[in-house]
Order: sequence, then structure tokens, then C-alpha cells
Amino acid sequence: MTGRVTICDSALEAVADIGDGATVLVGGFGSAGQPVALVEALRDGGSRELTVVSNNAGGGDEGLAALVRDGRVRKVVCSYPRQSDSWHFDAAWRAGAIELELVPQGTLAERIRAAGAGIGAFFTPTGFGTPLAEGKETRVIDGRGYLLEYPLPGDVALVAAHRADELGNLVYRKTARNFGPIMAAAAKTTIVQVDEIVPAGAIDPEHVATPCLYVDRVVRVDRNLAVSEGRT
Amino acid sequence: MSTLTGLDRDALARVVAADIPPGSFVNLGIGLPTRISNHLPPDGGVMLHTENGMLGMGPEAQGETIDPDLVNAGKAPVTELPGASYFHHADSFAMMRGGHLDICVLGAYQVSVTGDLANWHTGQPGDIPAVGGAMDLAIGARQTFVMMTLLTRDGRPKLVPDCTYPLTGLACVSRVYTDLAVFLIQPGGVVVRDLFGIYFAELSALVGIPLVDGTARAVS
Repeated sequence: MTGRVTICDSALEAVADIGDGATVLVGGFGSAGQPVALVEALRDGGSRELTVVSNNAGGGDEGLAALVRDGRVRKVVCSYPRQSDSWHFDAAWRAGAIELELVPQGTLAERIRAAGAGIGAFFTPTGFGTPLAEGKETRVIDGRGYLLEYPLPGDVALVAAHRADELGNLVYRKTARNFGPIMAAAAKTTIVQVDEIVPAGAIDPEHVATPCLYVDRVVRVDRNLAVSEGRT
Repeated sequence: MSTLTGLDRDALARVVAADIPPGSFVNLGIGLPTRISNHLPPDGGVMLHTENGMLGMGPEAQGETIDPDLVNAGKAPVTELPGASYFHHADSFAMMRGGHLDICVLGAYQVSVTGDLANWHTGQPGDIPAVGGAMDLAIGARQTFVMMTLLTRDGRPKLVPDCTYPLTGLACVSRVYTDLAVFLIQPGGVVVRDLFGIYFAELSALVGIPLVDGTARAVS
């Protein structure tokens, strides 16, 4: 059974056409659902001036943090850049070498969701009356203040899921689901790294969290070897 | 010099835990509020939500139970309890913002007498701003409680007429649990419900804002 999805042989092949200036949605929250192999492959691919949309701005020395360290990210759109191990972002920010758009986590998620769902904008109460409301259109609805927020689409989404079938239907594990389903829907091209690829029909349709029409490319990655596979 | 001792962190966590009705759906913020989970009765049926996409969160994972795919909002490894469920971020924040959670307990830099909350940013130049889910949590749950020490390290009250730190949300806090007193933020003013090792007059002088004595001794 074949569909529109491309099963790639390597992470490098999967991300090869991400160009300079692309807006890249990167899934993951903490250790859960980080598409490390795809981000490392993106770093090896050499594209620059990227806008990265992710919950955080990278921690430690690999993945998103390494991309920031190497000066490849022009702008980060995230909710929580500062972490105990976000030294590469911190240094770039203090040097004025990176732009930060700070978005409350739920607004970040809803803006991504809106992008994938064809919503032109939405009013949310989150952030009303705070410094993050500056410059935003407001409205009082039924006595409550709201901010107008716009969708956040990506050229590309990089997502980690647990299992894909050969059509691209996805299943996640536990809290690794986080941004996966909404980012997969919000990008023109969705690239997914998975632990395993199974035949169509092997995933119970009731368990599919991301239906295959949102998925363009899938690559199987051994998470224990994620970094080295990203480099093959 | 102040000789006030008040409640320690675990004693205060017990006070908050005792106020959470059985069967509640609750989000506990990172830091001090996380301790409350240690004092919830195991058979109380309180279900913990973590905004990264889980309901039915269990205690922190140790040793072999650590699973990199299962973390809490503080990114620490946790466990799942029977009846747990997982969902994506947009659903998780819709759950919060949509008023489906009963109680959220957060830490704070400052709370104002009208329930404004400041807990995400010091506003200091050079301090990298990071908000996470703080603004969604503050305004989302049916009731937002704050758990904090009443005084800063240099002895200034954190319950204030107006917040001087950047705001997280407007008029969103209904109750403030501190080491020295529990405050109810009500339309008529701030009511003191409990005192811990301090007299009402002493507390009033300390915080310097109008307070109503609502302790059992005053009311009876």
C-alpha cells in the first residue's frame, strides 16, 4: 500500500531541501519528543537565517542549541528560552545576535493549531493587561479582556513520533506527543522521525494521533544513535 | 529583628493540600507548589494536570522508572497513575484556558490586593524573559491560588497594593497561602483566614495594607 508520504533513508535526506530563511517548527518539550536527529541533520545541511518556532530555545550542546551556537538561527519564537542549560541561546541573545519573540505557551500552541486549522486569528484572554499585550489589538467580550493573536505557520515542521505506518499515520508515546500533532498540521512540509515504521493496518485506526495527510516524509531513527544517524 | 517563624514549606503545603476537595482536577506550578502533591491523600481522587499534555500524573520517576518520553512541566521525569491520559499542547491549554481545571496553584513574586499576579519576569535589564505557561495558568483555572513566602529575603511584603514586577495576569488570584497567613482576595478586600505564629495586628503592620480579620477567633 502506498500513499503520498516519502520514507527517507536518512535524516539528512529528509531535511535536505530546507532553504535559507525557512520558518521551521520544531517539536519537543524537555526530553520528550525532541526530533534530535532531524535538527542535527538540518545543522549539517547548512541552511541559514532560520526562524525556529519551538517551546524552548535549545538546551545543552546538541540539537537546537547547536543550531543556535552555530549562528544559523535568525529568530526564535518560543515560550521559555531561559533554562539552566540554555547557554548558547543566552550568549546569542546577550550579544544581540538573535531575535526573540516571546509567546505564552498556550498562545504558542493555539497559534500553531490555528495555522493548521485555517483560522485567520483568534481572541485569547491569556496575556491581557500584561507586558506581552503591548502593540496587540484588544477587545472586551462579555466583560473580559482578550488579545487578538495570529496563526503561526511553518515552511517545515520537524516532529518526533514513536511509530509511523508506511502511509505516514503517527502514534506518539506519553508526553512526547506535545507539539507533534499541531505542528504536523501547520507546516507546508512535515518531516517526522520515528522509532519504527510498520505496515499500513498495523496501527489501530483508533490510536492514530496524527492522520497521514499531515505527513510528508518519515525517517526511522535509532534514538540511541540519533546524533550519528543525523550525520550519515 | 523579626522573630517570626511561621510555617515551613511542608507544613504550608499540607495546609493547601487540605483545602483541595476530593476529586478535583488540579495543576501545581513549578517550584514550591509541587510539594503539595506529597500531602494529597492517596485516596482523595485528586487528579494532577501537567500542561505539557497529561492528566493523571504520578510522583517523580526514580531509577528504572525514568522514561525520557514522560516528563512534567518542569521537564523532570514523572510517572503515570491508573486512569492517566495524554493529549497535545493545544488541547492541554484549551483544558486550562477553557476553565475545565478546578484549581491551579502557582508561585509568585508579588500578588496585589485585587488579585493581580506577577510571577514570570523580574523586569531587570539583562534578565532574559521567559513566560512558559504562567500566563495561561494564571487566568485559566476556575480558581488560582498562590503559594509563597509572605516576605522577600530582605523583608518586604509580596502582598502589595499594586504589583511593581511585570504582570502575569489581572485580578486572577483568589487565595494566597503564605508562611505567616492565608489571605482570601475578595471583592470587599483582603480577608485573613489563618494566622501562623503571628497576631493579626502584627500582620497588618507588617504588610501595611488594609486587612479584614476573618480568622475563626475573630469571627466567633
